[in-house]
Amino acid sequence: MTATIESPRSGRVAPQYRRNGGSRGNFEMIAWLFMRLSGVVLVVLIFGHLFVNLMVGEGIHAIDFGFVAGKWADPFWQFWDLAMLWLAMLHGTNGVRTIINDYAEKTGTRRWLKTVLYAAAVVIILLGTMVIFTFNPCPVVDGVALPGGFCPA
Amino acid sequence: MPTKPAGTLYRGREGMWSWVGHRITGVVIFFFLLVHVLDTSLVRVSPEAYTAVIGAYKNPLMALGETGLVAAIVFHAFNGLRIIAVDFWKKGAKYQRQMLWAVLALWIVTILAFSIRHLSLALGGH
Repeated sequence: MTATIESPRSGRVAPQYRRNGGSRGNFEMIAWLFMRLSGVVLVVLIFGHLFVNLMVGEGIHAIDFGFVAGKWADPFWQFWDLAMLWLAMLHGTNGVRTIINDYAEKTGTRRWLKTVLYAAAVVIILLGTMVIFTFNPCPVVDGVALPGGFCPA
Repeated sequence: MPTKPAGTLYRGREGMWSWVGHRITGVVIFFFLLVHVLDTSLVRVSPEAYTAVIGAYKNPLMALGETGLVAAIVFHAFNGLRIIAVDFWKKGAKYQRQMLWAVLALWIVTILAFSIRHLSLALGGH
């Protein structure tokens, strides 16, 4: 007499052991995949950012208001920086979320640490996006151009 | 009587220490990023405010800090690519140790090149 043993991973998993059950759906798998995909893109974006800003020409000496104005006059660098901001903030926020989940043992502690984290992330992402898209090379206050700006003659 | 657990892929040795390094550098980079978006946002306050704050960064101590930050970023970047290889490449887990030594070798080369250029610019006067 032979007993038939079902092969594992045949899809017959009792509901309580299913990893994708529950209300969170596939969130953790999507987060895991996002870390890898955004990571590859961020290597290119950040290495490019560091090379152009610190290695070329006068390097750090060239960085001032005019340097930023020069870069953001070009939509290419606006979208480069926008992509870097969003991907880096989401990548970093998810990384810190993982660390909070690992080390904060009390449910309440985890909850408020993550609340602070998400609030900071939303503020920084919105602030950075606003700055990139509303940047003005010639800021004017009460009809007077601020010193250091780049105003059309 | 529990004995010391045997080394596995992620416990002890290269696997674990690279994970520790990845966490620490990740947190450092995250907090820098928050500050970096805030300082760049000063371009919306006034040209002089931005240039003044950036000017305050241009001293030898900050040049060393920037080099440390770039060292953290480059390690996180190269080790991140190694993690992707461990997860997606068929032989990734088998060669994770060798890949860490490759990461460290590339990291040293990159940091040497960066430091020579950045520190000679930043410390060399203007």
